[in-house]
Amino acid sequence: MFDTYFTVIWLTIKLATVVTLVLLCVATPLAWWLSQTQSRFKPVVSAVFAVPLVLPPTVMGFYLLLLLGPNGPVGRLSEMIGLGTLPFSFTGIAIACAVHSFPFVVQPLQNSFEAIGKRPLEVAATLGASSFDCFRNVIVPLARPGFITAIVMGFCHAIGEFGVVLMIGGNIPGKTRVLSVEIYNHVEAMEYAQAHWLAGGMVVFSFIALLIIYLVNQKAANRSIA
Amino acid sequence: MKLFKQVLLAAVFMTSHLAMAGEVSVAVASNFYKPLLQLAEEFEQATGHKVAVSAGSTGALYAQIKNGAPFEVFLAADQARPEALEKEDKAIAGSRFTYAQGQLAYWSMQKGLEAEEDFKKSLAEVEHVAIANPKNAPYGAAAMDVMNELGVYQQAAEKLVEGNNIGQTYQYVSSKTVEAGFVALSQIYVDGRVAEGSAWLVPSSLHRVLNQDAILLTDTNDVARAFLDFLQSAPAKETIRSFGYKI
Repeated sequence: MFDTYFTVIWLTIKLATVVTLVLLCVATPLAWWLSQTQSRFKPVVSAVFAVPLVLPPTVMGFYLLLLLGPNGPVGRLSEMIGLGTLPFSFTGIAIACAVHSFPFVVQPLQNSFEAIGKRPLEVAATLGASSFDCFRNVIVPLARPGFITAIVMGFCHAIGEFGVVLMIGGNIPGKTRVLSVEIYNHVEAMEYAQAHWLAGGMVVFSFIALLIIYLVNQKAANRSIA
Repeated sequence: MKLFKQVLLAAVFMTSHLAMAGEVSVAVASNFYKPLLQLAEEFEQATGHKVAVSAGSTGALYAQIKNGAPFEVFLAADQARPEALEKEDKAIAGSRFTYAQGQLAYWSMQKGLEAEEDFKKSLAEVEHVAIANPKNAPYGAAAMDVMNELGVYQQAAEKLVEGNNIGQTYQYVSSKTVEAGFVALSQIYVDGRVAEGSAWLVPSSLHRVLNQDAILLTDTNDVARAFLDFLQSAPAKETIRSFGYKI
């Protein structure tokens, strides 16, 4: 019993961590571009990356399954370069989860980048800072609340992910069976007591995580007023 | 009795499968998840082979299998999907069989439901009746058959509340949000009787058959074949019946 719980919780945390790290790497440049660009394609790009907010998770899971499956374009590519088929593996659910959580990471980052404005960057450039210096010593500290919100939102969204992971992962014990799917299993087996415990744990966890975001943001807000 | 059953099982399966302990991965329709866990335990005790169980809706599992899911046995909630896999060459031809037959029940948390007259009386009294979506849930379609067959559909039409699947329908009634509804007996059956409230067990002559078919998806694993043989054995059938299915 505790063995299964441990496996499930460990897998869930691993998934959320991997997804958050990958998203930070991918979403930061995109959010930066969106915050700075004057391009007329900006609305189109913004819309494309916000689509996961709208689509029902099972619908998205279904299309990702077709896309990543052995007959889909991405699936063919991944087999060609020796990665094998992605669905029903940890890599597969990580990719699906990252796609679905994308807007939750991009949007807070974009907002905080936009809030910095042009002035601090111009000043830094005048003082001779390289663009990397500028990013590390000006943008990251100023956008810190945005990064924290993005990390917590991305992590929490990946922890709570259900429809996409069930479809792409296939509910396989030890490989793709994460916490939300385990709760679903308990409910299907009418083991409501176990389901309540796991669901209760998730409520406590998410409350703490969200509390952290709001505390940090409030602190940042107070600091900027002072 | 239980010991006898175990010894018998052990004798049957130890002799035919002396191979090393293996594993079989089974994709199961959610309605049969709980019985399968019990069957898996019995199979493990008898043979030493492990069963990895993955539950989902029959439709979703079908889509996953078509797209290369690594399942070896598929226990569906209908006949259509295993049949389709067989036709599409995604399963082993000739391995399909009915492992369980669903029993429809008109269920309420109140006492007093037992016979057809009770059902008709209840139908006149209640404000809402829960059924599973008849378009994609076999039990929902069967419930429609029953009401049409008994000529009470007109009376019921305005009272129907549709659950997305049979699990949601069960939740409507068990939470008393809806006074009564058509559910699967397997959902309300514990230790050989209706655990809470009361139910009219609908005679199967009033609706389409609720056959659930199993099929083998790959012939590279002997354990998978052994598991399907086990599902058709007398002790396994007894377990299946104890969960409110006919077979």
